[in-house]
Amino acid sequence: MKKTIVPIGPYHPLLEEPEHFRLYVEGERVVDVDVEIGYNHRGIEKLSESKTWDQVTFLIERICGICSTSHPMAYCLAVEDLVGCRVPKRTQFIRVVVCELERIHSHLLWVGLAGHFIGYNTVWMWAWKYREIILEICEKLTGNRNHYGMFKPGGVRRDFNEEQIEYALNRIEELKKPLKMLTDAILDDPVIHLRLKGVGVLSYEDAILYSALGPTSRGSGVPWDARKDDPLDGWRDLQWNVIVQKSGDVFAKAVVRLLECFESISLIEQALNKMAPGPIDERIREVPPGEGIGRYEAPRGEVFHYVRSDGSNSPYRHKVRAPTFNNLPTFKVSCVGETIADVALITASIDPCYCCTERVSVVDKFGNENTLREDDLVKMSVMKTEQIIKKLGKTPTLLKKGVS
Amino acid sequence: MSDVIDDLKTALKDKIIDIRKPRDNRLYIRVSLKDVKDVVEYLFFDYKCKFSTATGIDMREGIEIIYHLAREDKNMFISVKTLIPYPNPSMESIGKRILALNWIEREIHEMFGVEFRGHPDMRRLLLADSFPEGKYPLRKDFKHSDIKDEDYDYKRSGI
Repeated sequence: MKKTIVPIGPYHPLLEEPEHFRLYVEGERVVDVDVEIGYNHRGIEKLSESKTWDQVTFLIERICGICSTSHPMAYCLAVEDLVGCRVPKRTQFIRVVVCELERIHSHLLWVGLAGHFIGYNTVWMWAWKYREIILEICEKLTGNRNHYGMFKPGGVRRDFNEEQIEYALNRIEELKKPLKMLTDAILDDPVIHLRLKGVGVLSYEDAILYSALGPTSRGSGVPWDARKDDPLDGWRDLQWNVIVQKSGDVFAKAVVRLLECFESISLIEQALNKMAPGPIDERIREVPPGEGIGRYEAPRGEVFHYVRSDGSNSPYRHKVRAPTFNNLPTFKVSCVGETIADVALITASIDPCYCCTERVSVVDKFGNENTLREDDLVKMSVMKTEQIIKKLGKTPTLLKKGVS
Repeated sequence: MSDVIDDLKTALKDKIIDIRKPRDNRLYIRVSLKDVKDVVEYLFFDYKCKFSTATGIDMREGIEIIYHLAREDKNMFISVKTLIPYPNPSMESIGKRILALNWIEREIHEMFGVEFRGHPDMRRLLLADSFPEGKYPLRKDFKHSDIKDEDYDYKRSGI
C-alpha cells in the first residue's frame, strides 16, 4: 500500500505550543510519526542568564500558562539546593496548597478537552464548570486566577490569613461532590471504555526507555513521582498516594488524572488544617558559587531545573526541562498502528500543551492537498464514538437528553 | 544513602575521577570524555536509572556536559559530568541506544555546536531552519546583535 504523509500543525492560536506532526499513514493506519517542535522557542535559558536571581522567578513563570507555578517551584528548589537552605514550615504548606490547586485545575482542563474530542461535550462543560471553583480559590488566596507570583527562592511572597483559609476549605468541600459524580460518570460509561481502552498503548518497557514522565509513565505502571522520589518538604509530612495504572492506554491516563484530583484535594485540606503561624521567608541574601538541582512534579510530569552560579547576582547557566520534552517522543511508539481518528486523542493524552489541532493538510503522493481544519479532526473522532454507540445499541447516560 | 556510592565505586572503579555528595539526594560524578558513554549506559541499562535530561554549559575551555539520571527507588539523583574541549567539540552519541537521550543531544548540538558522532538524526530541534550556521546561541561568546537579518537563510526554512 502506498504511504501518505499527513502533516498536522504547526500553528494553533489557542494553546501555547505550536508543534508540527508528520504522520506517515498507509490507508487509515499510522506507520510512523515525526514530531517537529521549536516554533515557540523564546530563548528563555539565555535570557535568564541576564536576569537577577529574583527576576528569573517572574521570567520562568511565563514559560507555561498552565504550569505557571511548577516552573517557579522547581527553580526555587534548585536555588535552595544551591544555597543549602530549607524553607520554614508554613511556607512549605503554602507551597503545597498553591501547587496542588494548580494540579486540579490542569487535570480538569484536560478531562474537559478529552471529553470534547470524543464528542462528550457534557463532560467538557461539567469539567470546566467545576474547574472554575478552583480558579476562584486561587484568586482569593493569591490574587490571581493564574500566574500567581507566589514563590521566591527561600520562601513565598504572600501569606494566607484566616478568612482566606476558611474560604478555601469551604469551596474545596463544595467541589468534592460534583467531582465524585463526574469521575464516576466517566469511569462507568461503557462508550468511554470502548473508545479509550486499548488506544495509544505505551508499554512499561517503552515508558522506561523513553523515560516518560507524569501521568504518561504512571498510566503505564511506572510509579515515578518527583514529589515522592525526591522527597519534598511539605509533601513528606502529609498522607497521600501515587496513583498508578497498568494498562498504558488513554483510559489509564484519564484514570490517573481523575484520581489524582482527589489526592490533591486531600493534600490541600491537610496542608490548610496543619498550617501554624510562623515566618514565610528564609531571606536568601546572596547566592554563592555552586550548582543546584530542583525537581518538582508538575501536572504533566517532572519539571527539572538546573542552576549554576559563579557568585554573581545572575545565574551562569539555567537549564529548564519541561515534561513534554520527554513525553513527546513517545508518540513514535504510541501512535504507530492506530487510526488517524485516534491520533488527536493520543496526542492529547499526554496533555502536551497541544490539545487540539487548528489545521491539518492531507498531501497525497501526487501533491494534491486537502486542508482539514480542527473541526474535521474532532468530527472524525466524534464519528468513531457514534459508531461505537450504534454498535452498543443504547445511549449512555451521559449523552441522554436532560442530562446535558 | 551511601550504598549508591559504594555500588557505583565497585561497578565503575577507576572510571570515576571525582565523586561528590553535597546533599542527601544529590550525587555528582566526574568522568573523562572517553568513559562517559559507558558510565551513562551502565547507569541507564544496568543500574536501572531514569534518564532525566542533559545540560550543556560553556566553560570557556570547553563544553561541559552533565547527564542527569535518577535512581528513584533509592531517592538518588545522579549527575555525570564530563568536559569536551574546544575547538570542534565532539563526542560519541549515547542517544543511539538510549532513546530518551535522542532529543536532548539534538538540542545540545544546535545550541552549543557539539558534534555527536553516530547520532541517527542530527536535524535542528528548537532553532529555526533559517538560523545561520556556525552560530551557537548558548555559548558565552554569542551576542544576538552579531546576527544580521541577511545572515538568515530563508530558503532552508519551510516545511
